[in-house]
Amino acid sequence: MIIMNKRVLTFFKIAGLILLGLLIGDALIYAGIIDEYTAQILTLAGINVIIALSLNLISGFTGQLALGHAGFMAIGAYATAYLVMHIHVPQHLWPVLVGISIIIGGIITAFFGMVIGFPTLRLKGDYLAIVTLAFAEIIRVLMINMEGITGGAAGLKGIPLYTEDINLGPVVSFTWIAVFMILIIFLIRNLIKSSPGRAIVAIREDEIAADSMGVNVFYYKMFSFTLSAFIAGIGGGLYSLFFGYLNPTMFNFMKSADFLVIVVLGGMGSIAGTVATGFILTYLQEFLRVLQDYRLVIYPLILIFIMLFKPTGLAGILEDIKTFISKKISAKAIRKTGEG
Amino acid sequence: MGFVQEFLQQLVNGFSLGFIYALIALGYTMVYGIAKLINFAHGDILMVGAYGGFFVLIALLVTPGSFILSFVIAMLICALLGMFIERTCYKPLRSAPRINALITAIGVSFFLENVARVIKPIGPNPKEFPVFPQKFNLLELDFLGVHINQTQIIIFLVSVFLMFTLNYIVNNTKMGKAMRAVSFDRGAAYLMGINVNRVISFTFAIGSALAAAAGILFASAYPQVEPLMGFMPGIKAFVAAVLGGIGSIPGAMVGGLILGIAETLSKGFISSKLADAIVFGILIIILVVKPSGIFGQNVSEKV
Repeated sequence: MIIMNKRVLTFFKIAGLILLGLLIGDALIYAGIIDEYTAQILTLAGINVIIALSLNLISGFTGQLALGHAGFMAIGAYATAYLVMHIHVPQHLWPVLVGISIIIGGIITAFFGMVIGFPTLRLKGDYLAIVTLAFAEIIRVLMINMEGITGGAAGLKGIPLYTEDINLGPVVSFTWIAVFMILIIFLIRNLIKSSPGRAIVAIREDEIAADSMGVNVFYYKMFSFTLSAFIAGIGGGLYSLFFGYLNPTMFNFMKSADFLVIVVLGGMGSIAGTVATGFILTYLQEFLRVLQDYRLVIYPLILIFIMLFKPTGLAGILEDIKTFISKKISAKAIRKTGEG
Repeated sequence: MGFVQEFLQQLVNGFSLGFIYALIALGYTMVYGIAKLINFAHGDILMVGAYGGFFVLIALLVTPGSFILSFVIAMLICALLGMFIERTCYKPLRSAPRINALITAIGVSFFLENVARVIKPIGPNPKEFPVFPQKFNLLELDFLGVHINQTQIIIFLVSVFLMFTLNYIVNNTKMGKAMRAVSFDRGAAYLMGINVNRVISFTFAIGSALAAAAGILFASAYPQVEPLMGFMPGIKAFVAAVLGGIGSIPGAMVGGLILGIAETLSKGFISSKLADAIVFGILIIILVVKPSGIFGQNVSEKV
C-alpha cells in the first residue's frame, strides 16, 4: 500500500469534496430542481466573485485602490469574443478553443495592467485609483469607436455560447464558470499564504517598513496588479461566452463600483467574505430589480457606512461574533472550575 | 479661415476651458495639500453647484443680477455641502488607513451622482442650461478674426476674480496663514495652537465653492446640466492638479490652463474622439517623467 503524505491526502480530500459539490450542482440544474433562472444567477454570481476576488487581491490584500476593473473585464471580454469568433475548429476541439481563448484574453488584459501599473505603482500615494478610473473610461470610449473589432455602440452580437445545445446550456455555463472560480479561489488563497503573499500583505500594512525589511515594493505591487488584471480579464472572457452579447455600456463606472461594493462589504482582504457577498449581492440584485435606481443610492451608502463603522466588513462582523461566543464559553468554563 | 486664425481661435477656446479646469483643480489641490486626500466627490460637488445655479436662473429668469445671485447661492450651498461631507465622512477616518478614506470618497461621489438621478427635480436626463438671451449680448470681441463669445468672457472675468480672491485669502489673511501652516506640517501646526479642524473645514468650504462656480461656468459653456456632468471634468482637473504639482496653488492654475489648451487643440487638430485619451496620456507622461509636477517639491518620506 502506498503511504500518502498527510498534505497530499488533505489535498485529495478537498479536491474530492469540491468535485462532489460541482457534480451535485450540475445534477440539480440538469434535473431542473434548480431552475434555469436561478442557475443563471448562480453563474453570473460566479463571474462577479471572480472579478471581485481580483479586485480584492490588489485593493484588499495589497492596499492599492483600483477603480477600473470594469475596464479590465471589458478587455478580457472583447479579446475572448474576438478569438472565439474568428478561429474555426472542429466540434470536438471547441472546449479547448474556449479555454485557450479565455486564458489569452486574460494575458492580454494582464499586459494592459502592466502598461498602466508601471508608471503608477512606482509612486507613493493614491495615483492608482485615479489612473485606473480614467483608464476604464478611456477603454470604454475606445470600445465605442473601434467598430471593426467591437461592433461599436451597437454592441457585439452573435458571440458563440459555451454550447449550442439549449438543454445543456445552463449546466455547461455553470460548470465552466464554477471550475474557473474554484481554481482562482485556490490560486489567491495559496498565493496569500506563500512568501510573495506575505510580502504583498506587508506592503499593505506599511510600505516603508516592508521596504526596509527588503521587500521589493514596486515589484510586488506590479505582480499583484498584473495578476489582478489577468484574473479580471478571465472573468470578462467567461462573461462574454455566457451572455453572447457585449456592449460598451455594460462596462461603465457603475460596474467597477459594483465589484468594489462586493469587496468592501465582504471584508477587504477576506476571500470567504468576497465569495459569500458576491453570491448574496448578485442574488439580491436580480431579486430587487424594482429598486433599480435606488440600489445605486444604497450601494454607496454601504461603502460609506462600512468604512466609517466596520472597515473589516462582514468577515469582521463574523469574527466579532466568534470571539464573543468563545469568550462566553471560556467565561462559563472558568466559572465552573471556580465552583468545582 | 487660415491656419493661424484657426489656431488662435482654438487657443482662445482652450483658455476658457482651461480656466474652468483651473478652478476645479484649485479645490482638488487645496484639499489634497491640507487633508492629504483625493476628494473624488469634488466633481460631483461641481454638479450640485451647477444645478443650484440652474434652479436659481430658472426661477428668476436670466438677468445679470440673477446670474450673480446664482453664483452666490450655488457657492454657499456647495461650501456648506463640502463642510458637511468633511465632518461626517472624512474626519472620522483621518487616522485610518488611506484606502479607507479613498473608498469613502468614492462612496460620497457615487452617492451624490445617484441621488441626483433619483430625486424628482433633477432626474437622469440632461437639461438645457439657461444662457443670456440675445438682448444682453454686449460682451463680444472680434480680434484679428478671432471670435471671443460672451460666455468665454464671463469665464475669464469670473475665474480671474476668484483666483485673485483666493490668492488674497491664502497669502494675506490669518486663516490663509493657518492653511499654509497645516499643509506644511499638520502636527506642528496643531501644537502651535492652530485649530486644525476649523482650517480643514474652511479649506473644504473654499474648494467646494470654487467647484460650484466652475460648475455654473461649465454648464453655461456647454449649455446643459446632467447628474454625471462632474465625472469627466473631475478626473481632468485632477490631472491638471498633478501636472501643476499636487498641493500647489499656482500649479493648479497653470496645470488647468495647460490641460484645457491641450484638450481643445487635440480636439481641433487631431481627433475629437481621442482627446480624452490624449489628456489621460498626459497624466501617464507626468507620472513617468516628473511625478511631483511643475511646481511641486520633492518631499522625502519620513517614518
